[in-house]
Amino acid sequence: MDIQIENLSKWYGPQKAVDDISFSVKTGEILGFLGPNGAGKTTTMKMITNYIAIGEGDIKVGGTSVKNDPEFIKSHIGYLPENNPLYLDMPVIDYLEFCALLQGVTKAQVDERIREMVRVCGLDAEKHKKIGELSKGYRQRVGLAQAMIHDPEILILDEPTTGLDPNQIVEIRKLIRDLGQAKTVILSTHILPEVEATCDRILIINKGKIVADGTATTLRKQAQGQEVVKVKIEDTTSSEALEALKELPSVEQAAYFNSHQDQFEIQGKPDASPARDIFKLCVEKGWVLTELTPIETKLEDIFRDLTVN
Amino acid sequence: MRTIWIITQRELQTFFDSLIAYILLVAFLGFSGFFTWLYGSDVFFVGQASLQSFFSIAYWTLFFFIPALTMRMLAEEKRAGTIELLLTKSVTDRQLVIGKFLACLLLIMIALLFTLPYYFTIASLGEVAHGAVWCGYLGLILMSAVYISIGVFTSSTTNNQIVAFLSALFIGLFFHIIFDVLAGSFTGTMGEVFSTLSLSTHYESLTRGVIDTKDLIYFFSIIVLGIVLSEVSLSKRNLV
Repeated sequence: MDIQIENLSKWYGPQKAVDDISFSVKTGEILGFLGPNGAGKTTTMKMITNYIAIGEGDIKVGGTSVKNDPEFIKSHIGYLPENNPLYLDMPVIDYLEFCALLQGVTKAQVDERIREMVRVCGLDAEKHKKIGELSKGYRQRVGLAQAMIHDPEILILDEPTTGLDPNQIVEIRKLIRDLGQAKTVILSTHILPEVEATCDRILIINKGKIVADGTATTLRKQAQGQEVVKVKIEDTTSSEALEALKELPSVEQAAYFNSHQDQFEIQGKPDASPARDIFKLCVEKGWVLTELTPIETKLEDIFRDLTVN
Repeated sequence: MRTIWIITQRELQTFFDSLIAYILLVAFLGFSGFFTWLYGSDVFFVGQASLQSFFSIAYWTLFFFIPALTMRMLAEEKRAGTIELLLTKSVTDRQLVIGKFLACLLLIMIALLFTLPYYFTIASLGEVAHGAVWCGYLGLILMSAVYISIGVFTSSTTNNQIVAFLSALFIGLFFHIIFDVLAGSFTGTMGEVFSTLSLSTHYESLTRGVIDTKDLIYFFSIIVLGIVLSEVSLSKRNLV
């Protein structure tokens, strides 16, 4: 099922929480929703899941507008809210059964679905405990299990990996990736490597507006423009090497890398790659090239550029 | 309908899991039994085979117990954030409110069921006006439903259980006694209005064994009003 968001806006009193955003998510796509605190991520998610009414614009899920049939849409969405609220006094199994029944899973299928979720989310050892007795990581798994209990076509996960240990994070990411092949997934997070590891597409939102939309690679290209490499050259004096590097036709700028005398940071001219020229230069002069690393702009830097004004 | 029933079942389960139900049952039966059989104008003092004394005690005990049952219903869900979980499943605001309302009403009906031995005992002591007894029970159930719907409403307005409890008692007090007192101190139209608004007027006419459509309309309109207002108050999340 596709999700289409058309010119969506939402006001909280005088403050515009979501400001005229439009995007769509296709089946089989995992969309990473990024943004600083208070950017409007959670508000958007709450509107997609019909928890709060939309302001202006429209949200269509599988072609159906939320204005027309919110119940239909709700039954096709699995939602893990922020902070993962749970009934702490309920045992895990009872809770999953309650969620399954509410989402319209038939009595005959309920046990089967619960077994499946307990297996997938690794809850087997804890399934008879009350949720209040579980650690944070296990609660998070229960939250994920209840979101997926009715095998929804759309998954909306608000910070799904908070509180998990590194092993669990890897497992949950893998789970999300596997699920994402057949479903539509939107997940929000603050952890940038997570987006790269899990998502097909990244959407960065700031102050209610979309500021970037694309894959991690395209975002990098946009942000970077020119190629930057780190070079380490031996068997020469540093000033001689620096001079020679600056002379190269494809090099825009050359400088010492973090004031190490034998390492240089070299920025290529637009649409030119300095790596080949550097190699040839070294061969010509008989220098030993011990390091040649392309420096990628980190997603963190892109994120900062886009969201800090 | 199925959704409402699932919510009702879970609520009842919570009542019985958390001891609330048992405490209510013991306290309610203890109070009403004590005053019906042992103390004050009890059955033996009155000397008639009638359940009037029980009905007037239950009228007061339920008035205090019900807000204690309803106070956590929506307030706790709002405080813990679980309401977001429920309402993003295929559950409408109305289904949630009605589900909670029914759970509480069922619990009260279970409590009343345990007082049926009073009725059988008194019936074996002398001639009982059976019609009046059943009408009295109907009156208690309707009265409880009114206070439950008020309680659910106050619970929906806040995320603090104590606030929900006290405001339910406060609103309830008007229907329970204040309108009645006002009706006594006004004459003419004002007196009529307050007397119509007072719950005790309608309750007493039921316990006397008279089922009047006017009384039924009165009870049902407050119940519906409470449920609708709870729904409205839940939907306020869209504005803030």
